[in-house]
Amino acid sequence: MPSSALWAVDLFGRVYTLSTAGQYWELCKDTQLEFKRVSAATQGCWGIACDNQVYVYVCASDVPIRCQEEAYENQRWNPVGGFCEKLLPSDRWPWSDVSGLQHRPLDGVALPSPHWEWESDWYVDENFGGEPTEKGGWTYAMDFPATYTRDKKWNSYVRRRRWIRYRRYKSRDTWAKIPSKDDPKQLPDPFNDLSVGGWEITEEPVGHLSVWAVSLQGKVWYREDVSHPNPEGSSWSHVDTPGEVVQISCGPHDLLWVTLWEGQALVREGINRNNPKGSSWCLVEPPTSENGIMHISVGVGVVWAVTKDRKVWFRRGVNSHNPRGTSWIEMVGEMTMVDVGLNDQVWGIGYEDRAVYFRQGITPSELSGKMWKAIVASRVCDRSHSGSSSSLLSAGCFFGDEVRVSGDSCAPSDTDASSEAERPGPEQPVPAESPESPGNSKGSSASGPGTTKTAEHALEGASPADHTPGPEPCPGQASTPAELPWTSVDLKEPKRAPGHAAETTGLSSLEMLPLGSEEPYCADDHPLWVWVSGGGCAVEAHTVLKWFTAQSGLSSSMQTLSLSITPAQTAAWRKQIFQQLTERTKRELENFRHYEQAVEQSVWVKTGALQWWCDWKPHKWVDVRVALEQFTGHDGARDSILFIYYVVHEEKKYLHVFLNEVTTLVPVLNEDKHSFALYTPERTRQRWPVRLATATEQDMNDWLALLNLSCCESRRVLGRPSLQAIWSITCKGDIFVSEPSPDLEAPEHPLPCDQMFWRQMGGHLRVVEASSRGVVWGIGYDGTAWVYTGGYGGGCFQGLASSTGNIYPQSDVKCVYIYENQRWNPVTGYTSRGLPTDRYMWSDATGLQECTKAGTKPPSLQWSWVSDWSVDFSVPGGTDQEGWQYASDFPSSYHGYKTMRDFVRRRCWARKCKLVTSGPWLEVPPIALRDVSIIPESLTT
Amino acid sequence: MTDDKDVLRDVWFGRIPTCFTLYQDEITEREAEPYYLLLPRVSYLTLVTDKVKKHFQKVMRQEDISEIWFEHEGTPLKWHYPIGLLFDLLASSSALPWNITVHFKGFPEKDLLHCPSKDTIEAHFMSCVKEADALKHKSQVINEMQKKDHKQLWMGLHNDRFDQFWAINRKLMEYPAEESGFRYIPFRIYQTTTERPFIQKLFRPVATDGQLHTLGDLLKEVCPSAIAPEDGERKNQVMIHGIEPMLETPLQWLSEHLSYPDNFLHISIIPQPTD
Repeated sequence: MPSSALWAVDLFGRVYTLSTAGQYWELCKDTQLEFKRVSAATQGCWGIACDNQVYVYVCASDVPIRCQEEAYENQRWNPVGGFCEKLLPSDRWPWSDVSGLQHRPLDGVALPSPHWEWESDWYVDENFGGEPTEKGGWTYAMDFPATYTRDKKWNSYVRRRRWIRYRRYKSRDTWAKIPSKDDPKQLPDPFNDLSVGGWEITEEPVGHLSVWAVSLQGKVWYREDVSHPNPEGSSWSHVDTPGEVVQISCGPHDLLWVTLWEGQALVREGINRNNPKGSSWCLVEPPTSENGIMHISVGVGVVWAVTKDRKVWFRRGVNSHNPRGTSWIEMVGEMTMVDVGLNDQVWGIGYEDRAVYFRQGITPSELSGKMWKAIVASRVCDRSHSGSSSSLLSAGCFFGDEVRVSGDSCAPSDTDASSEAERPGPEQPVPAESPESPGNSKGSSASGPGTTKTAEHALEGASPADHTPGPEPCPGQASTPAELPWTSVDLKEPKRAPGHAAETTGLSSLEMLPLGSEEPYCADDHPLWVWVSGGGCAVEAHTVLKWFTAQSGLSSSMQTLSLSITPAQTAAWRKQIFQQLTERTKRELENFRHYEQAVEQSVWVKTGALQWWCDWKPHKWVDVRVALEQFTGHDGARDSILFIYYVVHEEKKYLHVFLNEVTTLVPVLNEDKHSFALYTPERTRQRWPVRLATATEQDMNDWLALLNLSCCESRRVLGRPSLQAIWSITCKGDIFVSEPSPDLEAPEHPLPCDQMFWRQMGGHLRVVEASSRGVVWGIGYDGTAWVYTGGYGGGCFQGLASSTGNIYPQSDVKCVYIYENQRWNPVTGYTSRGLPTDRYMWSDATGLQECTKAGTKPPSLQWSWVSDWSVDFSVPGGTDQEGWQYASDFPSSYHGYKTMRDFVRRRCWARKCKLVTSGPWLEVPPIALRDVSIIPESLTT
Repeated sequence: MTDDKDVLRDVWFGRIPTCFTLYQDEITEREAEPYYLLLPRVSYLTLVTDKVKKHFQKVMRQEDISEIWFEHEGTPLKWHYPIGLLFDLLASSSALPWNITVHFKGFPEKDLLHCPSKDTIEAHFMSCVKEADALKHKSQVINEMQKKDHKQLWMGLHNDRFDQFWAINRKLMEYPAEESGFRYIPFRIYQTTTERPFIQKLFRPVATDGQLHTLGDLLKEVCPSAIAPEDGERKNQVMIHGIEPMLETPLQWLSEHLSYPDNFLHISIIPQPTD
């Protein structure tokens, strides 16, 4: 079964096929092009590439595609010279087509497109009517146009003969651009969608295909004369529609549906073998009026649709006699698109995970099937290291293809390497490619066997400034016994800012610079798909497919991903309860506010036994009793005081913190202790926050939530942050929000940020970007984009400190880097025995801290390892094949090749760790982002 | 943007303006002024009327004072019902403030329970909470709590501390992620028209087909007379906390958000006012 395959496009526009017999996605050979849409038939596939041009991919087969060109040579008898080329002025051309109406000189007959080649030169057709003429192929007649005979008679004044030449379609198994220049009607605008089908309508001509396309202006076009001998078709013709079309689907037989911009569907009626274009449209309303149809796919007797709320619908009662069907049925699952293939089988792309799903259990008697099942086949490049090691996942991330090839096989031949280079693996610099223009990525995918991918990484990954050891974040720092380990948590960076004022104006740029060098992490745990087409995929109910089991362990997580269904948040009953409660309060309280309260507000004290990082030397954790006292002032405002009772020299003492003075509460999770720090302006100045540790994580969360709530209450900051709130991220990825006060930027006394109150939000981000309209986006360390949901709390804030809705799970992944350092000696070469003055043989980037593979922990208790250590080849400066960088001595600038003067070398090891939390954030799949900017619409518009 | 958390606050801070007057037959030394107070809907009468007691005792002789009890339009008020429930059930159609008559004599033994001290209220309250958790979680949550957590629940109610109460109570409102609700919904349905004090049955929040049960489903099942016939006029109001939730409201949500501090949904069925 050479051509029974499922076609799909991934997020980066690469086209893959998955054979019904296979279990791996194979990359389509032509990697130069990125595609938006594909629509497959058994004999090939049509697609729209990112240049908005239409391409056709014709699968190779034993039968060549050849086409005969013909031309007629016409002559008239002349009393002087007999038959000659001199015709009468009223006659046809000396060289013409069969009708004689068109001039057709032999050298003027051109190939229709660059995808054809001539089989041979022109030659005379010696036969006429199936019999040889024996007269050079000439046939005779009295005059043009007339009936021609083989024999020359007395009244044969004219004669003609046929010249033949064959052309052959050569661009098979590759994407061939459909030429547009020859079109009589130049298309007004680029194409937006395309669908092929109709191969069951008629057998004449052989391999007839109906190719329909939609342009960006919403017009529908039909490609004329597409068939086996003419795979490119001849021209586009416009088909009138009553509305603006966004998407089209053509079934194998006579079904054709389109989606309108407004969300309705149009059904083409009157399609038959004599009229494959059909005759009229009729309108079908979407399943629900509030959510129009976004995508439609039709088969022989089925119609599937996806509405704007991602719900999937099945159209009941569709057949040739009633192409409109009768009613919609809602199906389970949320999809971005669905595609009906051969035998009315259905594939879809999940909204949440962008995986390809196959609808199981579709039979002629049960056309809607039973359930969605994720296809977890790995892509072909995953296979090459499926047996290599347990560090597969991480290795894939940092190994370029070329590097791995030379590492696996002892003597890679040129041919091996080049074939490998032809199909870039999924783990090649995927995120790096996305922001680039298609032109750039062309360059990268065309890289020959000799070029190193790592060099590219170095170029685009980090600027040289990033490489200076100073600002580089060193993961080992967290576990070092520095004097004030925890002051590096948050306010250190802002403090440093004034000193560097000349270089950087804003806080954010200072933060961003070191973070940039953490980039090399790339998320590609499972492929993200955007389009699937099953038009060439012959699956029947009993077909056994090997698509649903992961081969390498890479994609096993996908199977467990379930399809979620969005709840109706704004149900009428909920609205009514909110409204009635408000009315009740008004009714029962409005006129009676002067009444006395039955219960007087009293002080409530929460106490607990915590540990406190004591203020005096030697600093250590001491056991303390802590009490939180709340009271209500006369104006109803609540305030709280935190008392910390400690014993020093057997004398009981205490210190207290007014919570209305607290500027920030920060969880500090290093050193294996659950602790948090309280900052006030004074304590920030002293660089000495109150730091308390609890016995368990739950205790810490309780205290944090309570203290946070008390701080917010005393500052009267409740509910979701205002639209104008200022958002910030600590260097650990914690998220803080501050409400701007009117005097924030007062010219006389601008409020310094260490005196602003910063309230923590749940979640974990590397970048946050807010706008004055309440639109807030963030980007995680792994490049995932998140949008703020309007909730608050999450993470360690539970219960009342958190909003009920709008809190979702969030996870983040980043890499920890350590360095293996070696020194050369004349006897044994490079070894891990350094000079006594040398750095640690396993160290951080600066070499000052010892960081061994075994001893290096994840950055904090929140993080856990998700991969093993693997060599990072993508470090600035490049590496050799084993990842080493050479230099004359430590510390120095490193280069990726060894010279005579190099006595030391180092290589970078990376290990991925993952954090799971929750917060008011929703993932914005599927593209990994590096930065985001929000510009609100100006108020005038 | 309104959050479900706000419902908890609104429920907790519901107040009923009340005018306490001394029963006319009580013997006083001088005229007893009426006493005006905002009563928390979620609390209990005997828990929040210390001031009332003190106010009226000032004008009475010591020997005329026995156990205090309250009455509204001739109906003795059960202190062990939450205040909001008493008001919805008996007085929701009358004008505000709510008029309550204070008695110090003639304790109606057959109608009311004695309330010798606040410990009695605490015991009653805690037994309700435990019963509710038995229905919701087979008592697992309440039993896992420490004594001080129980105390915090009670003190939260006693001192009208929303945060203090909900810091603990939220644990009682959780359910396993793999379930879609509690085991059974703790509810009690009260009607003024019947002799029976209240209806309480086992009722699950989710139907066997996975559909969430609604308030309407519950009433249809356990109190069909409360709902109007298909074609007929609505004869009854279904009231919780002074509001009438739609019958389509999921019961699980109601239980989580509109339960009284004793973790029960107290639902009043009262005749539609005929004005």
